[in-house]
Amino acid sequence: MNIEENGFTEDFQLETPLAPKQTRLQEFWLLFRQNRLAILGLFIFIIFFCCAVAGLFMTSGPDPLFDPAMIRLQEKLRPPLAKPNLDSLRHEEIPYLGFYLMGTDDLGRDVFARMLQGAWVSLTVGFVAVGISVLIGIFMGGIAGYFGQHHVRVHHILMMLVLISGAVLVTANFIRSGAVLLCLIPAYLFYSLRIQNRSGEKTSSLWAKFLYINAVSIDTLIMRLVDIMLCFPSFFLILTVVALLPASIYNIMIVIGLTSWMGTTRFVRAEFLSLREQDFVAAVKTLGAGNFRIIFRHMMPNAIAPVLVSATIGIATAILTEAGLSFLGFGVPPPHATWGNILSDGKNFIFDAPWLTFIPGIAILIVVLSFNLFGEGLRDVLNPKLRERH
Amino acid sequence: MISFIGRSVIQKIITLFFVSIVSFLIIHIAPGKPSQVDPMNPKFTPEVVERFQKEFHLDKPLHVQYLYFYRDLFTGETVSWKDNQSVLKKIWERFLNSLPLFIVGTIITWTLSFPIGIRSAIFRGQFYDRSATFLSYLLISIPGFFFAYVLIIFVVNQFHVPVIGMETFGIGDGASLPHIFMDRIWHLLLPSLLGATGGIAVLSRYVRSQMLEVEGQDYIRTARAKGLPPEQVHYKHALRNALLPFVTMFGLILPGLIGGSVIIESIFSWPGMGRMAYEAILARDYPVILTVNFVSAVLVLAGTFISDLLYLIVDPRIRL
Repeated sequence: MNIEENGFTEDFQLETPLAPKQTRLQEFWLLFRQNRLAILGLFIFIIFFCCAVAGLFMTSGPDPLFDPAMIRLQEKLRPPLAKPNLDSLRHEEIPYLGFYLMGTDDLGRDVFARMLQGAWVSLTVGFVAVGISVLIGIFMGGIAGYFGQHHVRVHHILMMLVLISGAVLVTANFIRSGAVLLCLIPAYLFYSLRIQNRSGEKTSSLWAKFLYINAVSIDTLIMRLVDIMLCFPSFFLILTVVALLPASIYNIMIVIGLTSWMGTTRFVRAEFLSLREQDFVAAVKTLGAGNFRIIFRHMMPNAIAPVLVSATIGIATAILTEAGLSFLGFGVPPPHATWGNILSDGKNFIFDAPWLTFIPGIAILIVVLSFNLFGEGLRDVLNPKLRERH
Repeated sequence: MISFIGRSVIQKIITLFFVSIVSFLIIHIAPGKPSQVDPMNPKFTPEVVERFQKEFHLDKPLHVQYLYFYRDLFTGETVSWKDNQSVLKKIWERFLNSLPLFIVGTIITWTLSFPIGIRSAIFRGQFYDRSATFLSYLLISIPGFFFAYVLIIFVVNQFHVPVIGMETFGIGDGASLPHIFMDRIWHLLLPSLLGATGGIAVLSRYVRSQMLEVEGQDYIRTARAKGLPPEQVHYKHALRNALLPFVTMFGLILPGLIGGSVIIESIFSWPGMGRMAYEAILARDYPVILTVNFVSAVLVLAGTFISDLLYLIVDPRIRL
């Protein structure tokens, strides 16, 4: 760096701080501002967020401003911006704005009201599903990365088997034998605690030695679990589970969350594996910090960047998945509107009422696009390697 | 090499075993029974339900059902609950229908994304690169079903050709051969293009970043410094090295063989794998669902295995 260019003269003093006094956030914002597409994405996301929250308040309650379920059969398939036919409507049926901003559908319901209601669904599905997957991912990845070198011993596996078979028996209505198996676990815990207390002397019996063989490391276990989950075709798996479960928005969120944590796990594990070898972690450890403090206070902030990026893009994917499920008819049950089922209802009138297809389609496109752009912008800013290049 | 192959095959078989257990459990523990699909149907008397359960071992405990199911699967005797046909035969028929979609889609993806990616890497930061980047985000973000309808409206209004289904209904009688051929092409084009959109966007971005990575290397600078023409630097020195990771992707496209898009195949009424799986889910036809799941897991594992092997062969730096 050229010193003279920055306004320093020859007799500059060392007391003046050389490094720019910027917090991490300011620096981040300066870099982020240069990426115009990402700013656009953030801007659209904020608008979408406000719309969804406002929409929740305006379309729910006993007397909503916009009633998404109000059926006006005499006003069906009116194009956007059409004025309602005031003679044929009762007073409470007249749309709040005085015209149909986005037209009406085949039952004469106001599409604008339905879009507002659907915005909230998209927003919550995106955030809750990704929240679940990020939580699981951080948990699993953190364990694999930090405690990965520990081994699962044979007695752990046996205990898990007993637990699982007990639970299966209870659910399969063999309550008595299941309960016996479940009761074995506290008994075993008590027993193993006793063993631990006496662990000063060597356990000599062959049986006890067998129980304490290191079977498999935790890291291997979790990564194999990830491999297993990655074998399922994700949309097909989600579709299967959602179709088998009763239709509800919460099931969709949970299922999407439970089937998309693998990427986060891998990121967090990789970050943790490299972080735990670094000096600052060793320093904290020598200061006597507990595992939890090390993980959450010191390692997690350094590992969170790729998680944030993948979460932002994950929200986009979750919104798309939910829309796809609604489109196939597995989404939120009918009276409630989502963007996917507005589009799916509207596709039958695609030549007569194209707005029923285009409005929700373009809305999904814009929102998903904004999340993708924002996520990619975040990735560029948070990745120091790319920072120099661009 | 041999030990690597042996180890990974064993590992993949173990993974497959657990996948089979998990998918079996997911389906059988989920609420609802296949015998109750249609409770209003007067033909579904308790005796029929009982016979049905006996026929398909549904009255046995879960682990016995599991053994029965996979024994049937490996001996090829699994039958669909819906129409009593052999599941493997059904899947094979549907697979043959999906295959053209997959092949055309893959060809479109690979032939489009490489030129786009390479060009945007060469013109990094310029107008072409920025518009290609934006376009690829657009393609990732567009919901497939919406894009499908936009394309259908466009094609039907502009070219007046029917696009739904595998061929126009009743075209077989009396039409000339080129006519039938063109009809097939039109019906194939839209769904495979839709299947390719996501792939084009992702792959072209990946090609671009690989090219950028290589273009920053020292040997490229050397090649430039020698005074070689830029074409030669880009296409001979850079591209060859950037292509390395893509050889391995041939393995990873394998799962796409069976994945088939549920949504696109249902929009276009294409009688392929995805649609069959969708119908099986609706009818709770467990053998079909489980078999599709199992076959696709096999393909995923085989795909990663092949891509590992290819990487080993292509990149001499990797020695296990």
